[in-house]
Amino acid sequence: MSDTVRSPRPAASSSPSGRSPTAPPRSFLWTRRVLLTLLTGFVLVPVYVMVSSSLKPLPDVTGGFRWLPSGLTLRPYVDIWSTVPLARYFVNSLIVAGSATVCSVVVAVLAAYAVSRYAFRGRRVFTVTVLSTQMFPGILFLLPLFLLYVNIGNATGIALFGSRGGLVLTYLTFSLPFSIWMLIGYLDSVPRDLDEAALVDGCGPLGALFRVVVPAAVPGIVAVAVYAFMTAWGEVLFASVMTDDATRTLAVGLQGYSTQYDVYWNQIMAASLVVSVPVVAGFLLLQRYLVAGLTAGAVK
Amino acid sequence: MSTGTPMTTTVPTGPGTGAPPAGAHTPGAARGPRRPGRIRRGALPYLLLLPALVLELLVHLVPMAIGVVMSFKQLTQLYIRDWGTAPWSGLGNYRMSVDFDAPVGQALLHSFLVTVVFTLLSVALCWLIGTAAAICMQDSFRGRGLLRALFLVPYALPVYAAVITWVFMFQHDNGLVNHVLHDQLHLTGRPTFWLIGDNSFVALLTVSVWKGWPFAFLIVMAGLQNIPGELYEAAALDGAGLWQQIRRITLPSLRPVNQVLVLVLFLWTFNDFNTPYVLFGRAAPEAADLISVHIYQASFVTWNFGAGSAMSVLLLLFLLVVTGGHLLLTSRGRRSADV
Repeated sequence: MSDTVRSPRPAASSSPSGRSPTAPPRSFLWTRRVLLTLLTGFVLVPVYVMVSSSLKPLPDVTGGFRWLPSGLTLRPYVDIWSTVPLARYFVNSLIVAGSATVCSVVVAVLAAYAVSRYAFRGRRVFTVTVLSTQMFPGILFLLPLFLLYVNIGNATGIALFGSRGGLVLTYLTFSLPFSIWMLIGYLDSVPRDLDEAALVDGCGPLGALFRVVVPAAVPGIVAVAVYAFMTAWGEVLFASVMTDDATRTLAVGLQGYSTQYDVYWNQIMAASLVVSVPVVAGFLLLQRYLVAGLTAGAVK
Repeated sequence: MSTGTPMTTTVPTGPGTGAPPAGAHTPGAARGPRRPGRIRRGALPYLLLLPALVLELLVHLVPMAIGVVMSFKQLTQLYIRDWGTAPWSGLGNYRMSVDFDAPVGQALLHSFLVTVVFTLLSVALCWLIGTAAAICMQDSFRGRGLLRALFLVPYALPVYAAVITWVFMFQHDNGLVNHVLHDQLHLTGRPTFWLIGDNSFVALLTVSVWKGWPFAFLIVMAGLQNIPGELYEAAALDGAGLWQQIRRITLPSLRPVNQVLVLVLFLWTFNDFNTPYVLFGRAAPEAADLISVHIYQASFVTWNFGAGSAMSVLLLLFLLVVTGGHLLLTSRGRRSADV
């Protein structure tokens, strides 16, 4: 995996950077062993609960907790699709998060390229403004945004409220500030000679960007894409206000498993697992890119 | 409908006007001296920025301006369909929010204090655990890659999936936590209620740290890779032991990373809505009444959006002051370190 990572800076590769030529002292080794064991337990227990409970029959999760299931069943994995329209929520989430990611990455690449390569008035104001939006409490613009979307809908007929489009628009701006910031750092580390050579060869500025700079910045771009997808996939607040029955995403839809009388914990755990697998698998496959992208971009 | 008109007055605000003054030393912008050789080329950079600018205006800056306007209005459910006609209330909403003798102000103050304590504890723990783990995993050992992937799982899990698992674990009758503490270890006289009452603070903190520390781990891990290996070699030749190397080289080198990391963690944790909302539902217990859920309730339960907006603006002002102060302090530290 590590061989496939392209990185302009050798230090950014995931090769172990030897800290000390001599062997670490025993005190450090023991501290490390204890700490890492404790952390592994802390991280794994909820994961174990999720996996094991999703395979338990209902009495096992309504009665007292038991570490081992009394019997294994795949029933919850069958039932989750009919208890709530999970498939529809799933498709909605995929469409929303996928589109938001693609748009966010394209917009962020363009903006970061401008900031990284050009001198222009307002450059600093732009970066500062974009970054400072990270500070806004979501609750402050939830209602205004809601009103804005409703009014745009009334005025122009473009349905933003309650539609997937409105949610895409909202989510892509959530990940935009951090993405732009990270990509500026990353593009700064891509040698300028590359795009200048492309310009000399007769590429336009956009040609230089997409044929030369973007391919050289793949780790940074992948990192940003992962971040954008996770942001959109996990958001709850805006999804709970801005969606209706047809456009509901997983984040809200999952609440449908607790009825007034019964909470189907085994189904909730099964559904949680099903909706987590795509993100976690993708994240773990791409995490090396994320580290490389962060190393070159954000933390420099 | 006449509701379109108030929007059009706010749309033409330029990008510069929305910039809060405190952002002048934002970490991204303050990174090193500007390199020579940036091309000047008329309109092109603006065209490249245009999509980002339009989106930021539409989703962040204009709604924020509207939010500020709303905070001066008496915006109750009577006017929600046509909020332009709501009467102005001047500073009424603000006066109500900070009147700490009245129940509304008292509740807000309480929620604010809970949030401050919660955020400080959560950020400190996330940072501590993340840094310790990253330093432990700086040298390669067998299983390091696997462990690293494992540690990132809580961060990668969607918030609601992770938090709902914790809700299950914190259940009074059928949860794992009570099973272990009460049934197996007999530490408590009777099963504890984790999601209501005072213990909910502990539950919230646990979930927040579980979810948050991998991000610190990730960033510190990336920061560690930028420390040149020669530094350690030189120190080792000088006879510095491993603990000394960590104290004298690793931690000081991480300072710029930590400054940004702590600020970002602080802002995210302070504004976090998803975790408490999924953990407690709409009615958060008093001990874990975080400010964003509090404002959400103040707006949507009582349908008083003017008051909710005023509280949000106050929250934003507080965050601006904290961020400004932080950036001022850290940039001064950085400048003196350069001398």
